[in-house]
Amino acid sequence: MEEILKIEQIEKYYGSKSSLTKALDNISFTVGQGEFVAIMGASGSGKTTLLNCISTIDHVTSGHIYVAGADITKLRGNDLNKFRREQLGFIFQDFNLLDTLTAYENIALALSIQNYSAANIDSAVEKVAADLGIAEVLHKYPYQMSGGQKQRVASARAIITDPKLILADEPTGALDSKSSKMLLERFRHLNDARNATILMVTHDSFTASYAGRVIFIKDGKLFHEIHRGEDSRKQFFDKIIDVVTLLGGDAGDAL
Amino acid sequence: MLFKISLRNIKKSMKDYAVYFFTLIVGVSVFYIFNAIETQSAMMKVSASTKEIIKLMTTTLSGVSVFVSFILGFLIIYASRFLMKRRNKEFGLYLLLGMGKRKVSMILFFETLLVGLISLGVGLLIGAGLSQVMSVFVANMFEADMTEFAFVFSKGAAVRTVLYFSVMYVVVMIFNTFSISKCKLLDLLQAGKRSEQVKMKNPWLCTFVFLLSAAVLGAAYYMVTAKARILTADQLMVPIAMGIVSTFFIFWSVSGLLLRIVMSCKKLYFKGLNSFVLRQMSSKINTMVFSVTIICLMLFITICVLASAFCIKNSMNSNLNELAPADLELTQKVNLADSGLTEMYSETQLANSNMSILDVYRACGIDIEADLAEYVSVYEYGSGELTFATSLGACLDEVMEEFRFLNYDTPETILKVSDYNRVAQLYGKETYTLAKDEYMVLADFDSMVAIRNKVLSTGQTIEIFGRTLKPKYKECQDGFLEMSSNHINTGIYLLPDEVVPEEVRVREYLIANYRADTREEKQAIEDKANSLADAEHVGNYMPIDGTSRITISEMSLGLGALVTFIGLYLGIIFLISGAAILALKELSESADNVQRFSMLRKLGADEKMIRRALFRQIGIFFLLPLLLACVHSVFGMMLSNTILETLGNEQMLPSLVITGVLVVAIYGGYFLLTYICSKNIIKER
Repeated sequence: MEEILKIEQIEKYYGSKSSLTKALDNISFTVGQGEFVAIMGASGSGKTTLLNCISTIDHVTSGHIYVAGADITKLRGNDLNKFRREQLGFIFQDFNLLDTLTAYENIALALSIQNYSAANIDSAVEKVAADLGIAEVLHKYPYQMSGGQKQRVASARAIITDPKLILADEPTGALDSKSSKMLLERFRHLNDARNATILMVTHDSFTASYAGRVIFIKDGKLFHEIHRGEDSRKQFFDKIIDVVTLLGGDAGDAL
Repeated sequence: MLFKISLRNIKKSMKDYAVYFFTLIVGVSVFYIFNAIETQSAMMKVSASTKEIIKLMTTTLSGVSVFVSFILGFLIIYASRFLMKRRNKEFGLYLLLGMGKRKVSMILFFETLLVGLISLGVGLLIGAGLSQVMSVFVANMFEADMTEFAFVFSKGAAVRTVLYFSVMYVVVMIFNTFSISKCKLLDLLQAGKRSEQVKMKNPWLCTFVFLLSAAVLGAAYYMVTAKARILTADQLMVPIAMGIVSTFFIFWSVSGLLLRIVMSCKKLYFKGLNSFVLRQMSSKINTMVFSVTIICLMLFITICVLASAFCIKNSMNSNLNELAPADLELTQKVNLADSGLTEMYSETQLANSNMSILDVYRACGIDIEADLAEYVSVYEYGSGELTFATSLGACLDEVMEEFRFLNYDTPETILKVSDYNRVAQLYGKETYTLAKDEYMVLADFDSMVAIRNKVLSTGQTIEIFGRTLKPKYKECQDGFLEMSSNHINTGIYLLPDEVVPEEVRVREYLIANYRADTREEKQAIEDKANSLADAEHVGNYMPIDGTSRITISEMSLGLGALVTFIGLYLGIIFLISGAAILALKELSESADNVQRFSMLRKLGADEKMIRRALFRQIGIFFLLPLLLACVHSVFGMMLSNTILETLGNEQMLPSLVITGVLVVAIYGGYFLLTYICSKNIIKER
């Protein structure tokens, strides 16, 4: 399996020398082509910092991040934009759709930024909309859609450029359970049908149980990692809960 | 403590305040500059009558200042309320933390005070500097010597500026306090959370409304240009109202229409950030149709006022040599001995009304004749047999239809052709000869020339003094009797000498050149001629009116300067106001834009792309009202040309260039400022 993401001993420090906070402390892991990985951890564990570093929104203090073999910690300026444009897809907790554009235009924007030929936009958008079950809301504005629909539109926008890696930050955070389930089913579908590589940050065990692998982070360090293997989603969920309990219990002990 | 918060708030929100500050500073300095003209012109060496004109000008300017202060006051209140709205959340936080509304008001009070003091200080400083440049301009206008340059600071103008702006700031403080005390905490905190509803207008409706408004606008344009002559002041309101309403609806529909057109061209719409820019623009214009309309109309007025003002000034100066070719012109009514006008004149005056002008001077003990190098004395004749109505002949009904407001019973001015020729020789103009049965008409007032030409071209004969005369020329000839600063000769009938009986004399004209070379000598003779008014027995004779080359030149210089300064003053203030409102509106959306642009960055848009998108977005926003205002102005200028046709329009181009430079400098300056500020606001942190 080809390595899409390789993280090598990255560290991220905040603050000055006198009061140093280690948001990320010597983390290393890899994500292969077509994997669906969830990163779990409590608030303040550093999972969002990790995601920001991978997405080049934030810079690491030390260590290296390779995406498809290229070291992205060395990128600066417009190369960063080019990297994000061509290699990454983003999905956010609060959707981040442009409220002045329709769903269709929001999705198409990701393509037109890449100077994609206008003639092919139509078919591409319709195909991805069918994949995500949003064909009927394509001509609505964000304010006319439900949260689940908005998040699926955002997902369509992330996937349409065929990025090497899709980064999802708490994608179900603002959704009700029914919409969450529907969205996660779609993620699985994208993972299976399009062979998309997805890295998802969440603190919700249910959401994480849809992934193929879960990485646990605590206080900026890698805590644990479990693979789903041949388990059903339910079994995997129980395993996750066990680790979460341990994670929480440990934290409790520390107090 | 509160003061500290205020200070820090201003520092922190400098980005939001930049345009506000800039506007205040420009407002203060413009206000000072125009009010300081009085003090500055006091330093200049000018004649007494020019001093009078300058005094008139400064009085008018200070009157205009009151009006200007109202406009600026509204602008400042609007701008400060705008900034307040942006900070609702901050105020909500203060209240939530338990700060009393009075204290929040105090914070705002200090902020306004600080902003006011700084802007007044800086504005006055800049104003004092720029007003030195202005004084050169003023001196140039009045053709005064500027050999000695002195730095002048006008205390009066400074005091007035401080006073007016203080009042404005106090009103702002009251407004702020009032709006804080009225606020609900929940509304303040949730102010930023309202989700924006994007209403897309029906494209067909947009197209329809746009076409309809364009048609109405076209009709209004047609009315003010092709039919302008027959419109009275009241009727003129109709096309103006049509223009305003259609301007509003054009802005109401244009964004929808534009969007629809570009959207139909997918290649263009889905290229780079085009779809984003267009949607941003259309959603913004939708929410501020009203302000854009006002701004467009303000720009229109500015352009017209500025261009016309410069035009008037230039043409006045250029007309002078042609229209005031002699030094002095005196006139009095004559032949009133038997008229019985005892209510207006005394018996002695009437009895003396047969004396010539020079006789009156002599009788009053002023020997003017020796001072005149050359002079002619001619009589104007008039008769009820030849009035404006009878002169029109068959064309009367047609003309009456078109010009209802003219007085048709006035007797026409009649001169003997030999008398006119003597005047023409003095003036250096063409002389004419007439056969026994011929007459001709002199006129240079455009619309009257048009009417008279129509009549003359029919070969209209006139019946007068028992003779029938036919026109020598098919159209009016150029010429005039009375000197003035403009083409105002509405018509003089020249008749063969032998036709005109002496009994119908109406007026005497004495036209002369001084026996003098320098301006000072000429002025001295003129003062002597004017001293008649103070002579002991002058009340016994008919009053003598007069005008002179010096007076006319000073009057027209003064009038030109007056119009130019008022035009400049109002134009600049209007420009600032319109541009400031646009800039503030645009910047106030910057907070929303921060999110949108960071989203675009995450999608991988280049900085260059983002800058270009921002530039286009703001550019379209500034350009739309300017474009329509320019179209309006083309027709507005045509109308003002029709109204001011006496002034001649040969100087149009330089006026337009100056206006263009001013508009581009101020409006463009605001555009750049807005762009730079927005760019800073959306910068990645």
